[in-house]
Order: sequence, then structure tokens, then C-alpha cells
Amino acid sequence: MRFFVRAGAAAPTLSFLAALCVWQAAVVLGHVPAYLVPSPTDIVRAFAADAPGLLRALLATLTVTFAALLCAVILGVAMACAMAASRWARAAIEPWAVILQVTPVVAIAPLIIVWIGDPFTAMVVCATVVAFFPVFSNTVAGLAATPPELLDFFRLNGANRAQEVFWLRLPAAIPYFLAGLRVSGGLALVGAVVAEFVTGAGGIASGLAFRILEAGYRLQIARMFAALALLSLAGLAINALLGLVSRKLLDRTA
Amino acid sequence: MLVLKSIEKRFGNGTLALADIDLTLNEGDFLVLLGPSGCGKSTLLRLIAGLELPSGGDIVWSAQKLAPGEIGYVFQEPTLMPWATALQNVALPLRLRRAPNADADAGKMLGKVGLSDFTHARPKTLSGGMRMRVSIARALVSRPKLLLMDEPFAALDEFTRHRLQDELLALTRTLGCTTVFVTHSLYEAAYLASRIVLMTPRPGRIATEFAGSHVQDRLDPAYTAQVQTLTRALRDLHVSE
Repeated sequence: MRFFVRAGAAAPTLSFLAALCVWQAAVVLGHVPAYLVPSPTDIVRAFAADAPGLLRALLATLTVTFAALLCAVILGVAMACAMAASRWARAAIEPWAVILQVTPVVAIAPLIIVWIGDPFTAMVVCATVVAFFPVFSNTVAGLAATPPELLDFFRLNGANRAQEVFWLRLPAAIPYFLAGLRVSGGLALVGAVVAEFVTGAGGIASGLAFRILEAGYRLQIARMFAALALLSLAGLAINALLGLVSRKLLDRTA
Repeated sequence: MLVLKSIEKRFGNGTLALADIDLTLNEGDFLVLLGPSGCGKSTLLRLIAGLELPSGGDIVWSAQKLAPGEIGYVFQEPTLMPWATALQNVALPLRLRRAPNADADAGKMLGKVGLSDFTHARPKTLSGGMRMRVSIARALVSRPKLLLMDEPFAALDEFTRHRLQDELLALTRTLGCTTVFVTHSLYEAAYLASRIVLMTPRPGRIATEFAGSHVQDRLDPAYTAQVQTLTRALRDLHVSE
């Protein structure tokens, strides 16, 4: 048993290190030029050469990501509650939610940018559109999955609609909400990067996506990979952070 | 307390669950609804609680219809809120009505079911029997006039079931609440009931009614005699089917 636990922890690290070694060996032994595929050591060197700039860009992307995630959570939970509280609200909201889900953000991002003007707000709106649906749909499912016996018990004790939603349906929906939140966290990062690509906002406050574009134009492929690696690490960190939050909250609530 | 007159219940898919139910529930009764699974016992309990409406017939309350909180309900599963402590679960009916001293009253009720050391425990840390005790305390905390119980001990082991049956009898006698108890165990019916209503398989009708034998304990010959009477009635029911 302990072997499997250790293997579970060590397996991803070992496979990651093995992939890096294979990559390094293939590039060096195959004499692949760095402008085509840089080796892992080239990427580390490129990162070290402009670490402050890349980390500033990461911070900008993460700011958009978390602002969008916050907006998605507020909007998603509010709309899910409205749908749980009223059949009319459900009928009115559901089609809009589906439209938001199926519309590719790349297609509507230019419009959003033109309408809003401010690049930061526009990027947050685009990323919110991408991150909104999982947290919304999971919260809707959670609100609908309240144990019927508890609903009966609330009715027998004369609970009003607000008590039913806030004392019962919302706490019961927390495990569903948390599952949606974890998916939305990753999607908020994807949405932020897509929005940065479309806005193409440069300058001191530009995000990682702009740095990737910039490095591509200048054929600084190693720097491009360094920015990509930072994005992947940010995605892993967001997933781990939301996983930790989920576990702590589930431990208290489920 | 209430009279059921020619009650009929037909579900949306056309299934007739209950037919010709005429029953009078008197104050202080410990009435056991006994019958096979699927005979409509739980449906009848839900009709009395007002959680469902009958398709035909009338439910007539002798005085005013009971207000929210005056009916206690214990489900087959404890169905506690997993995010709340035992105390918070028990205090729920009082808090919903913004009653004063909700926590103090809930604490006292938890003491009555022998869980005063577990007030801050979450349901997942309690055993099945303890969870059912919390559920019973939650149903009794608002001192209901009518207690409805839907096979509450069906999922428990024999040891826990016996102990909870004894505790339930003591509690209902102390609090003086009228009880309707659904079960498919004739042993449970023989031990607990002041009246036993035997129901037929679906559609549920009242086959016959027995007076309880007021047994003192499970070694009381009256208990054995009551079990034999019920066994005979059950056999006759199968023969007449």
C-alpha cells in the first residue's frame, strides 16, 4: 500500500523529469536548431535573462484570471440561485446561459473590446464569459439535488423560500459548486490568455500572451517556450490551489 | 385528533396507491401502520403530514389543523444536514421559527436521547444509531403534538433497534405526543403499538385493526402472544389474496 502511495506522489515528478531528459537529448543529439525547438536548458536560460519581465507578465495574466474567476463565481451563483428560486427566472436565464456557453469567445472578443474600450475590463469580461458556465451549471445542478426529505422537513417546519435557499439548497450545493469552480479556474486562465491575444495589449502591464506573440515575432522561440512554461505552471498552481480550497471546504461542509 | 374519510391516492402515472382508507387517530395513540413494502404506508403518512394531497376523500382535523412545527417527522434515513453539527441539526425546527433559546432546548433534547457528549459532532462522525437519535431529537425538539415516523429503525442492527425502540417509547410517553409509526416488522409493531393497523398489498387498504397489548418488555408473554396474533393475521391476508 505504502509503495503505491509513494508511487502516486513520485510518478508525475519522475515522468516529468524523464520527458525533460528525452527532450534535451533529442534536441542536442539531433542538432535541432533553437529557433525550431529550444532545449529545456535554452528555455531556462531565456527565462533567467528576463525573469522580472516574464514574472510581471505572469502577474498581469493572473490578475485578469482571478478577477474573471471572481466575476464568474458571483454571476454564476447569483444566476443559479435566481433559477432555483423561480421557474420564470429559470425559463428566462437558461437560453442565455447556453448561448454564452456555445459562443466562441474568440468570435465575440473583438466586439467586447470595441464596446468596452478599457483593455483590462474587456479582458476580464472575455475571460468571465469562458469561465462562467462550469460554475453556473454545477451550482444549478447542486441546487436541484437537495435531498427531498430535507426539503419536506423544511416545509413541515414552515420555512420560507429564503430560508430554504440559504439554509438548505446553497449549503447542499457546495460540493457541486466546488467541482465547477475547479474547472472554471482553469478556463479563466485560458480565457485571460485568449483575451490578451485578441486585445494584443502591450506595454508595461501586458500579460504572458502578449509576451508569447512578441517573442514569436522576434523569433525568440526559447523565450516563447519560457512564457508557455510559466502559463502551464500557473494552470497547475491554480488547479492545486482550488483543489486545496475544495478539500478544506468539503471537510467542513460534507 | 383527526379522521381519514374514504381516502384514495392515485399517482400521476395512474397507479392506485391507497383506496378506501377510513381511520380515526385519537390523541395519545401510538398507532402502527403495518404492511408489506409498497402497500402505501409511507404515502398515507405523507398525506397525514400534508406533504401530499389525497386524490379522493377527506382528512378532517378534530380541532384546528396543526401549525408548522406541531408535526414531527422522522424519515427512514436520518437525513441530517452534513454541514451542521448535531446541535445545529436538532435546533433547526426552532431556528426556522426564530424561537428563543433554540440551542439550549436542542442541547436538552440531545441529552434526552443520550447524545449530550456529541453536540458539536458532525453527522459523518456518528454511527447509524446515533444519527437516528439526532433525527428523533430533531423531530421532538419543538414538542410536536403529532409525531410521524416512516420506518425509522429499518436500517439499524437488532441491538440498536431494541435500544432505540425503548428510548422512543419512554420519550413519547414523557412528551405525551400522538405517534403514527410505519413499519413492516410485526415484532416492532407488537412491541410499540397501542393500536396496530394492518394494510393489504397495493392498493393499500386497511385489512384489520388490533389493539396493542401494552407489553412491559420483550420477555412478556403478552408480546409473544401479540406476535402470534399478527403472524396469523398476516397468513390469513396471504390466503385471501
